[in-house]
Amino acid sequence: METPLIEFRNVTKRFNEKTVLDKTDLRIYENQITTIIGKSGTGKSVLLKHIIGLLSPDEGSIFFRGRPVHEMKKGEWEGYRSQISYMFQNNALFDSLSVFENIALPLRQTTNLKKKNIEQKVMSRIEQMELTDVVRKYPSELSGGMQKRVALARALATDPAIVLFDEPTTGQDPIRKNVILSMIAHYRKRFGFTAVLISHDIPDVFFISDRILLLWEGKIAFHGTYEELTGLTHPLIDEFLRSIEGLRDELTGLLSKEMFRSRYALSLGRGSVEVTSTAVLFGVRVDILAEALGTQASIEILKALGEHANNYFGLVGGFSVRHKRDEFLTILPNTGLDKTERLVHDFALKFQQDILPGVRSHTAAKTGYEACFEIFVIAGVTQCGPLDDIERLLAKAKANQKILARYPCGKEGV
Amino acid sequence: MLCVNMSEMGSMVKDSFSLRLFHGLGKRTMNVVNNLGTASIFFSLSFLKIFQPKQFREIIHQVLFIGARSSSIVILVGLFTGMVLGLQLYYTLTKFGSEGVLGSVVALSLIRELGPVLTAIMITARAGSAMTAEIGILRISEQIDALYTMKIDPLRYLISPRIAASIISFPLLTAFFDLIGILGGYLTGVLLLGVDQGAYYYRIQSYVELADIRGGFIKSLVFAILVSTTCCYQGYFTHLRTDSYGAKSVSLSTTSAVVLSCVMILVSDYVVTSLLM
Repeated sequence: METPLIEFRNVTKRFNEKTVLDKTDLRIYENQITTIIGKSGTGKSVLLKHIIGLLSPDEGSIFFRGRPVHEMKKGEWEGYRSQISYMFQNNALFDSLSVFENIALPLRQTTNLKKKNIEQKVMSRIEQMELTDVVRKYPSELSGGMQKRVALARALATDPAIVLFDEPTTGQDPIRKNVILSMIAHYRKRFGFTAVLISHDIPDVFFISDRILLLWEGKIAFHGTYEELTGLTHPLIDEFLRSIEGLRDELTGLLSKEMFRSRYALSLGRGSVEVTSTAVLFGVRVDILAEALGTQASIEILKALGEHANNYFGLVGGFSVRHKRDEFLTILPNTGLDKTERLVHDFALKFQQDILPGVRSHTAAKTGYEACFEIFVIAGVTQCGPLDDIERLLAKAKANQKILARYPCGKEGV
Repeated sequence: MLCVNMSEMGSMVKDSFSLRLFHGLGKRTMNVVNNLGTASIFFSLSFLKIFQPKQFREIIHQVLFIGARSSSIVILVGLFTGMVLGLQLYYTLTKFGSEGVLGSVVALSLIRELGPVLTAIMITARAGSAMTAEIGILRISEQIDALYTMKIDPLRYLISPRIAASIISFPLLTAFFDLIGILGGYLTGVLLLGVDQGAYYYRIQSYVELADIRGGFIKSLVFAILVSTTCCYQGYFTHLRTDSYGAKSVSLSTTSAVVLSCVMILVSDYVVTSLLM
């Protein structure tokens, strides 16, 4: 079994009478992006501060590569700390230093690099973060989003092995939010660091996360992948996701899972099943797309598919939900199988001709990815049976899935 | 029965009052001792870090802020202190027919006492308060935590240069203050009131000894350590205040730093003087 990079065992932290972490156990593995989610004020930042040593546990132990942190000698402890970088929730930039000086500070103070090398390194980070226009400005002269990017540049300046991000996308517009998340995923791949994120940007953050931890009342209520998270019907997770998602899926504008379930139940009527209803399961391979294009581009494609499904099938009374990270389920009440297949074919054609070229040019402009790539949209159609619950429908539709639309390197064809 | 109850109640109240009094006194004493201990460790650690690498630039920067930028206020206060001394002492000495020793009295008062004390108070007001406020803001906005996460020792980066700069600046500014004060005394004593110019300088030369200058120098060093440590300590531990939070805690820390520094300057002045006598 793989030894966790960082492990908490029975960690308890109290502030006066309030217990923030209550015998918390968690594991963070090397070269993974671990996202910690949880309601505000549940101790997510406290948890991160324990990792870097800003806070120490009242009870329990923290282990680094299986070695208890509190037993480390000074040199060993310093070595551990030098591998970690922290991006604060409120950025914690030095108000009296310019953007350049802020990013250069850790390099100037902790390395013996020459002035020229430091300048080169800082300027490369500045360019990556699109901060070239504000190099000489002070943090108070920047917008909240720009300050965040400066903080991110500073956190990455020393090429750390572990980066702790405390809400890195808060206060960013949707495009920048995706750019930051993509950048974290991209750098993780490029430099091979381990990232621990705290984020409320659900579901966007799930696209880059390898593991998700749900902190609930001082304990880790869930740890696992996104698929495992959405597959569970634990009341805590339901409550949490519902409170985050609300009535609509933020990414696509489709119905939330809860709303979809209610509407589906309603469409079935009081036990009498609409035998003419059909279900369609759409999907794109986000992991393959993200590999080729970056997270932002794959999110854009997914978003376009969701929006298009919503608009197109909404006109004929259909309703859709994003049931997995990269799959959508659409229910078409009062529609037979033949008609649905025709509708789906038209939908695919329109998506291929009108939507995908737009998405491609948009993502190329935003991400700079000009490489040739191919997009497959797959779909499976099935009829709703009288006793079909959603899980059964999904299984049936999945069995019928085939390639529906293809966008091969700018050429169209089905 | 009623009388017994009243008496019991009285004794309970008395007990609880004396208990509370002792409790409060004990708590305050413990607090003071704790703070003194922490401040001593704080100073010792910061002082040792002065000699670590990458400090020169920061120390020069702080000498500019604490020393060079305080020179104008020191000149102003020194000049008027010397002028007032010249005036007051002239009229006092005239009563004894010894106005000829004006120069030596002005010089000795300034070098032994007023120079180090007033310079330290002036620097406390100008730079000490700024130190506390700046460090306090760094603390409450998590910038000190950010330094820690970047593996930059906050004591080395923030506190040591300020202590070093104070140790360099206080004696220099005191010497400056003394010189300007003596010139101020010359302005009123010699130019305004007609004391002989030669006698003014001759008496200074004959009465002021190296021990007087050394005493003033030692005092200014002691004040430098006390003021810089107090001001930095108050700012650095702003977040641990229990009477306020955020910006309010910074303002209270700044006030405490200035008041405590001034009190400590005067108390330590007496102690050092009595030791040097």
